[in-house]
Amino acid sequence: MLVYIIRRLLMLIPILLLVSFIAFFVIELPPGDWVTTYVSQLRTSGIQMSDQEAQRLTALYGFDQPTYVRYFKWISGIVTRGDFGWSFQWGKPVGEVIAERLPITLAISLMALVFSWLVAIPIGIYSATHQYSLIDYLATFIGFIGLATPGFLLAMILAWGANQFLGFSALGLYSKEFLDAPWSFAKAMNMLQHMILPLVIIGMASAGSTIRVLRGNLLDELKKQYVVTARAKGMSETRLLLKYPVRLALNPVFSTIGWLLPAIFAGEVLISIVLSVPSIGPLLLRSTLAQDMYLTGSIVLILSALTIFGSLISDIYLAWADPRIRYGGLSK
Amino acid sequence: MNMQTTNNVLVDVQDLKVQFLLHEGTVHALEGVSFQIQQGKTLGVIGESGSGKSVTAQAIMGIIPSPPGKVVGGRVLLNLPEEGASVRVINVTELPPSGAEIRSIRGKEISMIFQEPMTSFSPVHTLGNQIMEAVQLHYPDVSKKEARERAIEMMRRVGIPRAEERIDAYPYQFSGGMRQRAMIAMSLVCNPRMVIADEPTTALDVTIEAQILELLKDLQKEFGMAIMYISHDLTVVGGVADEVMVMYLGLVMEHAATDELFDNPLHPYTEALWRSIPTIDGDIERLTPIRGVLPSPFAVHQGCPFYSRCEKRIEGVCDQSRPPMIEARPQHWVRCFLYTE
Amino acid sequence: MSTQISERSKSSVTGSAPFLDEAEDRSLGSLDERLEAADERFYYANPWQLILWRFRRHRLAMLSLVLLVLLYLGAIFAEFVSPYSATWRAQGLQMMPPTSIHIFHEGSLHRPFVYGLEKTLDQETFKYVFTEDASAPYPILFFTQGEEYKMWGLWPMRIHLFGTGEGAPPIMLFGSDELGRDIFSRTIYGSRISLSIGLFGVLISFLLGVMIGGVSGYFGGTTDEVIQRLIDVLISIPLIPFWMALSAALPRTWDATQTFFAITLILAAVGWTGLARVVRGKLLALREEDYALAAQVAGASKSRIIFRHLMPGFTSHLIVSITLAIPVAILGETALSFLGLGIQPPAVSWGVLLKDAQDLVAVAQQPWRLIPALFVIGTVLLFNFVGDGLRDAADPYSA
Repeated sequence: MLVYIIRRLLMLIPILLLVSFIAFFVIELPPGDWVTTYVSQLRTSGIQMSDQEAQRLTALYGFDQPTYVRYFKWISGIVTRGDFGWSFQWGKPVGEVIAERLPITLAISLMALVFSWLVAIPIGIYSATHQYSLIDYLATFIGFIGLATPGFLLAMILAWGANQFLGFSALGLYSKEFLDAPWSFAKAMNMLQHMILPLVIIGMASAGSTIRVLRGNLLDELKKQYVVTARAKGMSETRLLLKYPVRLALNPVFSTIGWLLPAIFAGEVLISIVLSVPSIGPLLLRSTLAQDMYLTGSIVLILSALTIFGSLISDIYLAWADPRIRYGGLSK
Repeated sequence: MNMQTTNNVLVDVQDLKVQFLLHEGTVHALEGVSFQIQQGKTLGVIGESGSGKSVTAQAIMGIIPSPPGKVVGGRVLLNLPEEGASVRVINVTELPPSGAEIRSIRGKEISMIFQEPMTSFSPVHTLGNQIMEAVQLHYPDVSKKEARERAIEMMRRVGIPRAEERIDAYPYQFSGGMRQRAMIAMSLVCNPRMVIADEPTTALDVTIEAQILELLKDLQKEFGMAIMYISHDLTVVGGVADEVMVMYLGLVMEHAATDELFDNPLHPYTEALWRSIPTIDGDIERLTPIRGVLPSPFAVHQGCPFYSRCEKRIEGVCDQSRPPMIEARPQHWVRCFLYTE
Repeated sequence: MSTQISERSKSSVTGSAPFLDEAEDRSLGSLDERLEAADERFYYANPWQLILWRFRRHRLAMLSLVLLVLLYLGAIFAEFVSPYSATWRAQGLQMMPPTSIHIFHEGSLHRPFVYGLEKTLDQETFKYVFTEDASAPYPILFFTQGEEYKMWGLWPMRIHLFGTGEGAPPIMLFGSDELGRDIFSRTIYGSRISLSIGLFGVLISFLLGVMIGGVSGYFGGTTDEVIQRLIDVLISIPLIPFWMALSAALPRTWDATQTFFAITLILAAVGWTGLARVVRGKLLALREEDYALAAQVAGASKSRIIFRHLMPGFTSHLIVSITLAIPVAILGETALSFLGLGIQPPAVSWGVLLKDAQDLVAVAQQPWRLIPALFVIGTVLLFNFVGDGLRDAADPYSA
């Protein structure tokens, strides 16, 4: 088991390097660089910058150097000093800017993941064991709607509904009166209230797909011979269901966490923009528009890295849960 | 129909009718099946796929998949001797299929060995876990340690080497033959009165098959349980069974003691089955397959279901009404108009 | 090939009782004959026929397919189907609710018609109120002359599917926006970009996916390993941020067509991974099947085995994957355009229309502004229904 984990950890290194390379490549794509954007912005607002000044800035930020040199500087900064570069837009190190907002993104995403399981697992089990029942159809229907409705649209409509019918402004993370207030129980409660909407919206989207996956898997497992064997032993249906097919059907659910996390992060980014939650989402939108390249690149890198760690954890869980993988008896 | 009028009858199936209601139509899986199984004896059941032999086994265990399956008529009586001379009679078809009473019978009084040793165990639980579970389900007072000892003892008895280590192994670490041994150990761990073996050797190599058959015979001598042995293979059944029942499309076609059936096959279907298998001492001639194809499972047969493929059919008779089961020779029943008066 | 395998396995259900198909069997009773004929039709049908039969049984999937075809026809003939162009403005009829269609005029049955509208300012709420002028009915005309347009930018035409004719009040089925533009016409025009971006995006994904997946499954070994790790990496990048970063790279100076193709490429840049996985997985699995070995033993070349023997085995699965990938691309375009990173006005797509409806206060007063959202949701649902139906039908030999 330990060997397995170490091997998987070692395999992460080239993958993370490749991700960082792609992230950097993407932020290098736009024509021009931050300095040219900045200079032209100043110009449109009527401030002239001397060529020397522009060149000084270009040299300062290393834009006169070839791409690979800058990539190397960037990546070695991250690896050796945890330095993600400089955010031109904020005038602060990228690390600091992200650190302020990442916890909110992480909290919302993880809570949304747990929420989606809490909703999806009981419904999925019920749907599979009561195939073609009313609740099964209802769950399938809601799952389809959740799949088809863009999260940002749902966020828009629900935020409007909350405002219209509950008189509750769902935008932001706190109500106005708590914005500058020190931490208190009331503020925490207020924050929780504000987190409900993003949680439900992001969670529902992935709950929809989890219900479908779980229902499909469980239906397959229920047809397997070992279920009949256990029944022939005289086991009660509930006990049998939970011990055998549910356990096996849940494995793929937890193992697809690597596919679910990108969707959840993506949903979090988009919905935070709509609901103005001060998380990574709005930050990313503004940084992409302003060509704040190291910030953009670092956000893409960090979100991807988190996803990769997420799938690593799910792989380790899977190895723990399925002896065939644990002992390498079943090749992938 | 009474095979023998002794009071050693363990299972008494009477006019059992089972249907499967599918989208495509209704399958009449069993159309009135009657037979008895004596304590400590082996009944061999022969038939092609779709003949209803597995459904019969499921009906005895009360595990017909429902929906779509449904018992529409008949009874399955179990005569379970109790302390003293009294006998508890249970009609399986009347019990709720997942109720406590039938569950106390499954695995304890009657257990089952399945065809696919590969898929019959959960791949993510150890074999020991799954065997011990059978003990713990029916003997809640037995400690985990005792259950484990019982499981190891049983695994050793069915010929699994190093049972005390192998008990913690997972099914995929076992070969097919070993897995089937483990399956037998699991079915016998509660010392049942009867074991239903549903094609237990079909998925195995011929050499392994012989070992497993030998093992079953030994175990029967030792534990005295009855066996209902289901197979499509005449030679296998001939080797283990005291009496043999031939099924075709949900009906018992012929039923007799093994030697009698092998020496004097009466039904044209049984004869045809005979001609389609090679014999060592037989003449060197081409094997004759049964002509025609198995009719659609949805077809409803007014007359004899074998009519369309029968070489001795009597037009205007066999296709008009279903032949009755008659005792054509002593203790030898057959369902064919050729033997009616 | 596979048809025959199935037929054999159906007939040789028991090893010790094989059957002989003799000519005399044809003379059997009429019931058996009919059953055999039906069986034969089943056993000898080619896989695509079987898929078609099974798909037709899915009423929901069939209905969805028909609706999708209608949607795409609307997109292809957008100029003809929509009564107005995407940029046409109704004078003085901004933020108008959907036009009501009547069939009773002064108590008597009439062919479908509309009334003219009068806009007045409510003196108390300071909101504009539209009241119908019930004095004169204006019948809805079909195949009527209307605003001139160039069909597919080529042929000047004036004929529209429906309209109210010149001089009559406009018919705006989904109401109008704050510039007085007809939201119905804009939705139909928008479908052109939104529906085709999904199709083209997935087409590119498909080509990339089949090629890369094929290479991966064909060569195996190190090549396979490298490609699989690359795919691992790509699918671990959260899509929206990745798309956002990529589309931010698009020069704002590009015109609508260039942006369209760039967005298509961006959507395909990640989309191919799923298809590549399907192709590789299936190739690897089918390679182990006995019939692949049989073909090899018979001396078939490697490429012949892949294209003649293996590919037909999973084309249906590919089609399912494609059907389910299209809605993902459509949602991607919508999200990007909604953020202002995708299609840029004056080009119209469903995402652009939703961006217009971003102001919640405005939507509260003009709920019809969200009608394009129903088209997005509807289209995604339809594709999913078709995909599910196909998936069930795709395995023609399963029970």
